[in-house]
Amino acid sequence: MGSLYTAALRMTRNPSDAEDLVQETYLKAYRGFGGFQEGTNLKAWLYRILTNTFINTYRSKKRRPEETELDDLENLYLYRRLAGAEGATAGRSAEDEVLDHITETEVKEAIEALPDQFRMAVLLGDVEGFSYKEIAEILDIPIGTVMSRLHRGRKALQKRLYEFGRQRGLVPEGSPHA
Amino acid sequence: MHDNCFEAVEQLYYYLDGELTYERRVVIARHLADCPPCGDAFEFEAELRIVIAQRCRERVPEGLRARVYESLRRLEQSPPPPE
Repeated sequence: MGSLYTAALRMTRNPSDAEDLVQETYLKAYRGFGGFQEGTNLKAWLYRILTNTFINTYRSKKRRPEETELDDLENLYLYRRLAGAEGATAGRSAEDEVLDHITETEVKEAIEALPDQFRMAVLLGDVEGFSYKEIAEILDIPIGTVMSRLHRGRKALQKRLYEFGRQRGLVPEGSPHA
Repeated sequence: MHDNCFEAVEQLYYYLDGELTYERRVVIARHLADCPPCGDAFEFEAELRIVIAQRCRERVPEGLRARVYESLRRLEQSPPPPE
């Protein structure tokens, strides 16, 4: 239940909605268990119910803005801005400082700042460890779309983490090194 | 950067996601072993992913488990909805 609740909270960004979403997911899973096909992935099936419920209920509760697009940033966005630079602590690299000192709050905020469709892809891929094919089935979108959302979402997340690092003086100002 | 580095960075995510064919995987892995800058960059990405996955976990709030069990129990006892 911990993983489902984590995903639910990152999606809804609200503890009370997240609890309702988890409860509803279990109820739908229980009622729909007849529709579960043996041999298919039970965990993926639960996440499919969770994401569908989120999309249909919680997402439409708010005024839904146009689907947002994200710029396609370069690969290694964060690393290229850190590599070779010294961190705030003498003798440590900026990369190590960032990995050690990024806080839970910053990671959660960075994920929650992503537009819905990118946030779902990143949660399923990087937090839950689903494959491209599984994510495609859970979200009912083509694999090409999964890859694009996942990769763009990750890079936007890195950009946000970089900004947090700069605000806290963990990483140097200025242009990429590599 | 050499051509091999470009190619490796281009396929960074497919590699870390385990979504490359065996042949492509071996080519990239060999390059990472031979090229310390690319090796370091990939290692950073892999570690960052672990950090992100670990630092966004939530504890299940007190009472949620009980609430879900209770609602499932009520569902079990109620008559099935009309077809």
